[in-house]
Amino acid sequence: MKKKFLLPGALLIFACSLAGCQNANSSKETLTVLNYGKYFDPEALKMFEEETGIHVEYEEYESPEEMYTKYKAGSIDYDLLCTSDYMIQKLIEEGEVLEMNHDNLKEYQNIDPKIIDASASFDPQHNYTLPYFYGTVGILYNTDEVDAEKTNSWDILWDSQYEGKIIMENSVRDCFLVPLKRLGYSLNTTDEKELDEALSMLLEQKPLIYAYFVDETGDEMAAGNASLSVVYSGEAAYAQSLADNLAYSVPEEGSNLWIDSWFLPKTCKNQENAEKFLDFLCREDIAKMNFDYVYYATPNKAVYDSLEESVKNDTTIFPDQATIDNCEVYVSLDEAGTDLYNQLWKALKSD
Amino acid sequence: MVKKYAGRLYLAIIFLFLYLPILVLIALSFNNSKSRVTWGGFTFQWYAALFQNETIMEAFLMTVQITLTASVLATIIGTLAAIGIQAMRRRGKTILIGATNIPLLNADIVTGISMMLLFVRFTKLGFSTVLIAHLTFDIPYVILNVLPRLNATSKAAYEAALDLGATPAYAFYKIVWPDIAPGVFSGFLMAVTMSLDDFSITYFTKGAGVNTLSTMLYTELRKGIRPEMYALSTILFGIALLLLLLMNFRSSRKHEINN
Amino acid sequence: MLKLKRQFLCGPYIVWIIGFIILPVLMIFYYGITDSSGSFTFSNISAITEPIHMKALLLSLKLALICTVFCLLLSYPLAMILNGLHLKRQSFVVFIFVLPMWMNFMLRILAWQLLLSNNGIFNAVLESFGLPKISLLNTPSAVVFGMVYDFLPFMILPIYNAMGRIGTDVIDAARDLGANRIQVFFRIILPLTVSGVLSGIIMVFVPALTSFVISNLLGGGKVLLIGNVIEQEFMQNMNWNMGSGLSIVLMIFVIASMAFMNSHNKDGEGAAVW
Repeated sequence: MKKKFLLPGALLIFACSLAGCQNANSSKETLTVLNYGKYFDPEALKMFEEETGIHVEYEEYESPEEMYTKYKAGSIDYDLLCTSDYMIQKLIEEGEVLEMNHDNLKEYQNIDPKIIDASASFDPQHNYTLPYFYGTVGILYNTDEVDAEKTNSWDILWDSQYEGKIIMENSVRDCFLVPLKRLGYSLNTTDEKELDEALSMLLEQKPLIYAYFVDETGDEMAAGNASLSVVYSGEAAYAQSLADNLAYSVPEEGSNLWIDSWFLPKTCKNQENAEKFLDFLCREDIAKMNFDYVYYATPNKAVYDSLEESVKNDTTIFPDQATIDNCEVYVSLDEAGTDLYNQLWKALKSD
Repeated sequence: MVKKYAGRLYLAIIFLFLYLPILVLIALSFNNSKSRVTWGGFTFQWYAALFQNETIMEAFLMTVQITLTASVLATIIGTLAAIGIQAMRRRGKTILIGATNIPLLNADIVTGISMMLLFVRFTKLGFSTVLIAHLTFDIPYVILNVLPRLNATSKAAYEAALDLGATPAYAFYKIVWPDIAPGVFSGFLMAVTMSLDDFSITYFTKGAGVNTLSTMLYTELRKGIRPEMYALSTILFGIALLLLLLMNFRSSRKHEINN
Repeated sequence: MLKLKRQFLCGPYIVWIIGFIILPVLMIFYYGITDSSGSFTFSNISAITEPIHMKALLLSLKLALICTVFCLLLSYPLAMILNGLHLKRQSFVVFIFVLPMWMNFMLRILAWQLLLSNNGIFNAVLESFGLPKISLLNTPSAVVFGMVYDFLPFMILPIYNAMGRIGTDVIDAARDLGANRIQVFFRIILPLTVSGVLSGIIMVFVPALTSFVISNLLGGGKVLLIGNVIEQEFMQNMNWNMGSGLSIVLMIFVIASMAFMNSHNKDGEGAAVW
């Protein structure tokens, strides 16, 4: 009788020990972080783990809507989140965000007050967020194939000469902002007529599209697989670092200025560790590492001041004042607005 | 004669279709250029980069851990269940086999979502939820591989052994086990294959920081292709080739003995 | 006493079935027939008739069908040729077709991205012969390519197994009785491999119909299958009720195609890859 169970028993113990060592891992201090893809230098992450002994469970997402669902599903307790303006506003309105005490952050003085002021649109008292990067949405184009002057307008994305060579953003609001701005509407509109117009414009454009991408765009452009793309400014700067024949332009009809910030969600179990992480990323050397990794405009003054003039004047990375003035910041949509956008998004994709 | 060559040619084309993409990956893994179409000389640098890439290494270890744990446990639970099912009356048998078929027949995405709905309601997602999910779709493969073997086993020999005074366990070990062992083994292999290759179910049931190769690659591929992935492909292909050759060798030796 | 004891062995499994197979399916049904406030509704299921979802479902059916036909057309002659080789060890054939499956599914898709992209290897070869480039990646054709590649072994193996079981004496007997090659094929080989073909069709059609990853990675976000809609409802739109409702519809389609196949298949053979 005993012999029969010996083998399975041994195997069971082996299996449980495997499972067990996983649990042992998670019992040490951890921090669960959710961030955009390609948005934090893995080296810096490793440094944080080594310096503090805190293990970081690092998760990535592609669009703010995906992040919202991951968070709201409640199946994972995140300690720290980074996302865009309008989504933070939505979460603050829903009471999902903990207050942040900036006094606990030694390195907070590195953050440019101008950007803190700019965050007022989604965090009026500035007691919830810590700015991480900011930038614009614009057109990245191949200078060998596209006339630079024409990229001053979103119209070029409807030019049939570039059939199969255009990449659009695979994120609902960043995709709709293009036709909305081209039509001269606000990118925060929830007017059904305006959005329907935008949709039919996008449907008309769809046959010209190579793909809807987010994080792949830079590599695809550098590989020469497309000539025109709608990208975030940092993705453009990243692509330019890979290939010389790429340039970035923010069309005159206007675009989106966004600020991505960190915040502590209600599910944060370890505020102290989360603050350590925030403090860490405000540090000049770390902020510089991340700046070099993501190529977006950093709100970290210490880093900005240390940059070479040529980088400071690179309008792809740091938009000039005229561009900023011409851009709109997203505001959060109400439930009906969100549903409408989701519906239109599916309509575009299923066509 | 012509027909024979046409057949061979057709075989060659299908093999090319199956293996060309893999050969491309292997070739690129030694390519000293980030470009996908030009050859920049021979290099091992992507392999070095691969072993330093913690994201990939962690996902690799996690995959091995989940696959092995799930397959071993599934083999045990499944084999016991198959023995139990075989001893059951007809109605119980039908019901159980029907239920066993659900995860096999259902679409991966539906199985994944249904488990996610369950987990989200009662617990947090993490390593254990992925393990449970893998077990759930692994066990049926074991049962379906063991049951036919059990049915083919002669009941008389087993009962004769009991009559001669053997304990049920001893009789099982001496009479039944040798007959069903190949089924248990192939069930185990099926479980390994399914666990290794699963994406959808893991995708919906995984917690933060838990990544198998499939889910890690899904995230990474959406961020762009990096040459380390070619190196990873080559190594995985090498391991698979080695393991399957070993198993093939083993089973062919068995074959000879049995004949 | 003894019988009772042996039946107890599936105790753990019965608990498992109830907890992790039956209960999750019930959860889907629960979400599928309620709205976000928890009251009963059919709207999540009837949502499939909305034009957007209908389009996605029809596209899925179309691509799955094309994929299945391609797999069948490629596999049947292949199985015949392989069978004609009279290999001593069948496991070697199995081995060759299973090998790619042990390499990660994502990496196989990656390989197709490389081959098919605008400046990829396919086009580089075409160009070197002076032929015009074709853009394949991020189109429904690329998705079909990926599906056929991934699911082909599921079609080959059952057909090959079924063929291997036809005794040569049966064919010899037919020949002796004066049947020609064509008659042998249509009267003997084809009928005796139907069960293999049917299980192959199921094993290709169902995953192709419900796939969402291949279309995400090879479709460039332009190909929306019903699987993608469901994934989006769960992962982006946070509408689990709608997602569950559509999953139920998908389940019905799967079960229907399965029932259809099984009604034509007397001696069913499972997923016996090994």
